[in-house]
Amino acid sequence: MIEIYITIVLAPLFGSIIVGLTGNKLGRNLSHNIAILGVVISTVLSFYVFNHHIIEEAQIFNENIYTWAQIGNLNISIGFLIDNLSAVMLVIVSFVSLMVHIYTIGYMREDPEYAKFFSYISLFTFAMFMLVMSNNFMQLFFGWEAVGLVSYLLIGFWYKKKSAIAASLKAFIVNRVGDFGMLLGLALILMFFGTLDYIEIFALSNNVNNQTIMGVSVITLICLFLFAGAMGKSAQVPLHVWLPGSMEGPTPISALIHAATMVTAGIFMVSRMSPIFELSNVALTFIMIIGAVTALSMGLLGIVQNDIKRVVAYSTLSQLGYMTVALGVSAYSVAIMHLMTHAFFKSLLFLAAGSVIVAMHHQQNIHNMGGIRNKMPITYSASLIGTLALIGFPGFSGFFSKELIIEAVHYSNLPFANIVYYVVIFGVFITALYSLRMFFLVFHGKPRMKMKTFNSIKETSYYITIPLIILSIPSIFIGYFTVEKILFGNWLDNSITINSQIHGSIEQLKKYFHSELKFIIHAFMTVPFWMMLSGAFCAWWFTIYKPNWATFLKQKLRRTNYILESLYGFDRLNNIVFVKGSKKLGNILWKVSDIKIIDNIFVNGSAKLIRFIGSIIRKAQTGYIYHYAFSMIIGLIIILMWVIFMNYKTFILPIF
Amino acid sequence: MDYLLSLLIWLPILAGITVITFGNNRVYIVKWFSLILSIIILLLSIQLWLNFDSSTSLMQFVENYVWIEKFNINYHIGIDGISMPLIILTTISIFITILASWDNIKNKVAYYMAAFLIMEGLIIGLFSALDTILFYVFWEASLIPMLIIIGIWGGANRVYASIKFFLYTFFGSVFMLISFIYMYNKIGSFALQDFNELPLSIIEQSWIFWAFLLAFAVKVPMFPVHTWLPDAHVEAPTGGSVILAAIMLKMGGYGFFRLSLPIVPDATMKFATFVIVLSLIAIVYIGFIALVQKDMKKLIAYSSISHMGFVTLGIFSLFSILQINADNNIIGNFEGAYLGMEGAMIQMISHGFISAAMFLVVGVLYDRLHSREIKTYGGIINSMPKFTGFAILFAMANAGLPGTSGFVGEFMVILSSIQANFWYAFFAAMTLIIGAAYTLWMVKRVFWGPVKNNNIKNLKDINNREFFILAILALIILIIGIYPQFIIEIMHVSIVNLIEQAFTNKLAI
Repeated sequence: MIEIYITIVLAPLFGSIIVGLTGNKLGRNLSHNIAILGVVISTVLSFYVFNHHIIEEAQIFNENIYTWAQIGNLNISIGFLIDNLSAVMLVIVSFVSLMVHIYTIGYMREDPEYAKFFSYISLFTFAMFMLVMSNNFMQLFFGWEAVGLVSYLLIGFWYKKKSAIAASLKAFIVNRVGDFGMLLGLALILMFFGTLDYIEIFALSNNVNNQTIMGVSVITLICLFLFAGAMGKSAQVPLHVWLPGSMEGPTPISALIHAATMVTAGIFMVSRMSPIFELSNVALTFIMIIGAVTALSMGLLGIVQNDIKRVVAYSTLSQLGYMTVALGVSAYSVAIMHLMTHAFFKSLLFLAAGSVIVAMHHQQNIHNMGGIRNKMPITYSASLIGTLALIGFPGFSGFFSKELIIEAVHYSNLPFANIVYYVVIFGVFITALYSLRMFFLVFHGKPRMKMKTFNSIKETSYYITIPLIILSIPSIFIGYFTVEKILFGNWLDNSITINSQIHGSIEQLKKYFHSELKFIIHAFMTVPFWMMLSGAFCAWWFTIYKPNWATFLKQKLRRTNYILESLYGFDRLNNIVFVKGSKKLGNILWKVSDIKIIDNIFVNGSAKLIRFIGSIIRKAQTGYIYHYAFSMIIGLIIILMWVIFMNYKTFILPIF
Repeated sequence: MDYLLSLLIWLPILAGITVITFGNNRVYIVKWFSLILSIIILLLSIQLWLNFDSSTSLMQFVENYVWIEKFNINYHIGIDGISMPLIILTTISIFITILASWDNIKNKVAYYMAAFLIMEGLIIGLFSALDTILFYVFWEASLIPMLIIIGIWGGANRVYASIKFFLYTFFGSVFMLISFIYMYNKIGSFALQDFNELPLSIIEQSWIFWAFLLAFAVKVPMFPVHTWLPDAHVEAPTGGSVILAAIMLKMGGYGFFRLSLPIVPDATMKFATFVIVLSLIAIVYIGFIALVQKDMKKLIAYSSISHMGFVTLGIFSLFSILQINADNNIIGNFEGAYLGMEGAMIQMISHGFISAAMFLVVGVLYDRLHSREIKTYGGIINSMPKFTGFAILFAMANAGLPGTSGFVGEFMVILSSIQANFWYAFFAAMTLIIGAAYTLWMVKRVFWGPVKNNNIKNLKDINNREFFILAILALIILIIGIYPQFIIEIMHVSIVNLIEQAFTNKLAI
C-alpha cells in the first residue's frame, strides 16, 4: 500500500515540476495533459484508498517514509497516517482538484501563463495531500505553509493587477499570524509530549491532561494555539480578512483553494486532533463562539456584496463558521461532513460563477447582470443546485450537514451553546437571503446590461460545463448517501475520539435519527426550514418583486448598511494599527535607536571622543624642546610630591 | 590524506598569491585560474567530508607541529562535526562568489580574486584551528581581505564602511587575545584542549566570557553591536556581501561553540539569559527595522542580523533546558538541548546559503540598473520571469517556509527555546510574521506589479551563468529543507560532547 500512498502524493508533484520547469515550451495541450494526468492518477488511487479503508475496513496505516531529522531520541519523519478521515479528505481533495484542472483548460484558455497556472494548481494538490496524509506535526506544518505559499502565488497570479498582489501579500501575512500560534502549539506539544507523531501524542494525551504552564492548563493552551492556526487558514474572525481579498485570483483557484480544500485545512486539523481538543472545554467553547461569530457576521456581509465572487467568498466564510461551530460542540464527524458537502457545492457555485464571469466578458458586478438563465442553461442549473445545497433545502447535500450541525449545537451542554443555537438558526435565514439574492440578480429579472453584451452571452465551453455537471451530482446526493454512515457507520470512527460523557451531542443525534427520508420529511416542520424559506422569500421580494424596496431599505438603514459595507472596519483597523503601526515603529527604532543612539552617540561618538582627547593632547606636542623640558620638570615635581605625601611619616613628620 | 586539511588551508592562500603574480591585465587567465582552483578546493572539501567519521566527537585530520617553541605555540589543526559543515559552506560560497563576480568586476580583477581565495584559506584555517593563537591569527587575518574588498571595490561611502567594519571587529577581538594570554600565563600553553581543561574561578571565567562575548557578538552581529553590518553590506561589492553574510558572520557563532561553551561554561551559564535577551531583541527589534528599509541590501543585512539571533538563542537556551543536579548529573530534556544547538548550527549553514542567494539576487539587479533602492524597481517579473522565480524561492526561504533550509533552523530553535521559557519561543516565533512581512513586502514592491518604467521593461533575464549560480543555491536550500538529517548526522556526536563539556564544572578547586 505504501507505494500507492507515495504515488498519490508524488504524481501531482511531478506533474507540477515538469510543467513548471518546461513552461510553455511544451505547448498548451501537453502542459495541461501532463498536469491532469498526475491528478488523474492521484484521484483514481484516492478512490482505491477510500475503498480500501472505508468499504473494506482496512487497518489504519501509519508508517514513516524517511527520517527528516533524528535528534537524540527524537525522530521527526515524513510519513503517512491513512485512516478513514484521511481517506475521505483524499477523495475530496483529488476529486475537486481534478474538476478544477479540467475547468481551467476552458477558463484560462487565453492566459499567456497557462502552463504556470497548471504547475501551481498541481503543486497545490501535492501540498494538500501532504497535509491530509501526514502522520506528524512537522509534515502537517509543511503542508500547511506550502498550501499557503501556493495560495499566495495564485492570488497574485495576475501580477500586473495591483489589487491582486496586495491581496496575496495580505493573505500570506495574515496566515502567518495564525501559523505563529500554530508553531507555538507545536512547540508546546513537543515540550510536553516529547514527540510530534500523532499516534504517540494521542496515546499520551491523558498523561499531559493535568499539567500546567504559567498557571494555565497545557492542553487548553495547546488547543488554543493550534486553533489560532486553524483560524488563519480557515479564515475565522478576526483572521478572516484575507479571504475576500483572495478573490482577486483566478476563479478556478477560488473554487479549489479558497472554498473547497485549503480553507478547510483548519477544520481537518482540529478533527484530526480531536483526542486533544476533547480534553479542553475552554478551548471547545472558544472554538464554538468564534465559529458562531464568523457564521453570522460574515453571512450578513454577504448580503451587501455586489461582486459575484465576493458574495460566494463571504458565504464560504460563513459556512466555515458553521463547520467551526460543529467542531466546538464536538461533532467532528458532522464538521467533516459539512466540509465534504461544502467542498462539492461551493466549488460548484464558484465554478458556475466563473462560467458566468467568462460569459459576461469578465464582468463581476451582479447589478450588471440579470436574466441570463435561458442563455446559459447548464450554468443556471448548476447554480441552482449549488444554491439549494448551500441554503440547505431538504434533500440536498448541504441540508443534511447543516441540519446536523444545528441539532448538534442544540444538544450541546457547553456554556453559551443555547445562544449559539439561535445564531446558527438565524444564520440559515441569512444564508438563504444572500444566496438567493445573488442567484436572482444574476439569472432572473430583467437584463441590466447593454443589449449587445446580452446578445453575445452564450453557454461556456465543455471544459467548463462538464465539471459543473459532474460536481452537481455529489452536490445533490452526497449528503443523502453518507449521512447515516457518518453518524452511525464506520466512516470516521477510527479517526475521531469523542468523550461522549461530557460532549454528548453526537450520541443524542444518533437517538433522534431514524432514516434519511424521515430526516427530510421531518425537516419541513422545523424552524430552520421556515427560516430558510423566509430568507428565500425576502431575497425574491427585494430583488425580483419589489427591487426598489431594497434601495429604500438601504437608505432607511443607512448606518447598518455603512457598517456592513465597511466590513465592520476590520481592514481599516488592521491598516492603522498593524500596517502603519509597524512601519512607524520600525522607523522609530531605526532612526532613533539604531542611527541616533547606537551609531551616532556610541560608535561615532567614541570616535569623536578619541579625536577630541587627541586634539587636546596634541596641543602639548608643540615640538619645542623647552616645552618638553618644562613638562618633564613639572612631571618630576608632581611625582616627587606624590612620593613625599605617600610617605609623609618619613618625610613630613620629622620636620615638625 | 594526512595533509588534506592543511592543503585546504594553504592551497587557496597560495593560489591567491599566484593570482596576484598574474597581474591585473591577464583577466581571462586570472578568472579561469581562480575558478578552477576554487572548484578543486571545493572538491577537496567534499573529499574531506566523505572521509569524515561522524560517529566520533574526537578531532579528525589532526596535524600538530611546533610553530613558536618559546611560547609553546603550535600549528595544531583538526576538525569535528561543528567545523565540518562550516568548511563546506565556505568552499561552496567562495566558488559561487568567484563565479558571480565573473563579469561585474572590471577593476583590478587579480587582486579581487586573490582576496577571496586568500580569505577562503584563512577562514578554513579558523574553522580548524586547535591552537588559540593560530585561531587568533586566522581570525584577525581574515579581516584584511574583507577590508580590502570593501575598501577598493565598494560603493561611494566605502572608506567609512570599511574602517567602521575593521575597527568594530578589531575592537572586539583584542579582548579575546588578552584572555588567551591570561590563560597562557596560568598553564603555559595556548592549546585549545588545555584551555578546555583549565580550572578557572567564576570571576576569571566571567572576565573571559565578556571578552569572548565582545569578540563574537560583534561578528555575529548581536544587538547592540550590529550597526557596522548594514554599512559594510551596502558598500561592499556583491561578492563581498555574499562572503560577509555567508561566512564571516558564522565566525562569531563558531566562536561561541568552540571557545565560550567549553572554556568558560560556568560563566556562560551565569550570563546566558542576558545573551538570550539580546538575541530576542535582535529577532524582533531588527525585524521591525528591516521592514522600513528603502535599500534592498540594507534590508537583507538587517534580516541577517535578525536570523543570526536564532543562532545565539539556540546556543544559550541550552542552559535553561538542562541543569546540573546535586549529584553532578545533567538533568533535563536532552532532545530539547540538542534541538537548540543543532538548530543553531543549521541556522548558520542555512543562513549562509540564503543570505548569499539574496545578496546575489540584489547583485543581479544592481549589475543591470546600478541601484539598490527598492523604489527604482517594480514589476521585474514582466521582463525577468526566470530570475523572479529564483528570487521568490529565496525570499520564501528567507521567510522560513517549510521545505526550504530557512525553516529548519528556526523551527528547531523555536521548539527548543520554549523548553527554556515560553516567552523566548513567543518572541522568536514572531519572526514568522515579521520575517514574512519585510521579505514579501520587498518582493511585492520589486518583483510584482506592472512594469514600472522603460528601464525595467528593457531588462534582460538572467544569463546561463547567473542561472547556474542561482540554481545551485536553490538546490542546496531545498535539499537542506527536505532532508536536513544529513547535516544533523555530521554534527550530532560533536554536539553531544560539547553539551557535556558545557556542563562540566570548571571552577577552580
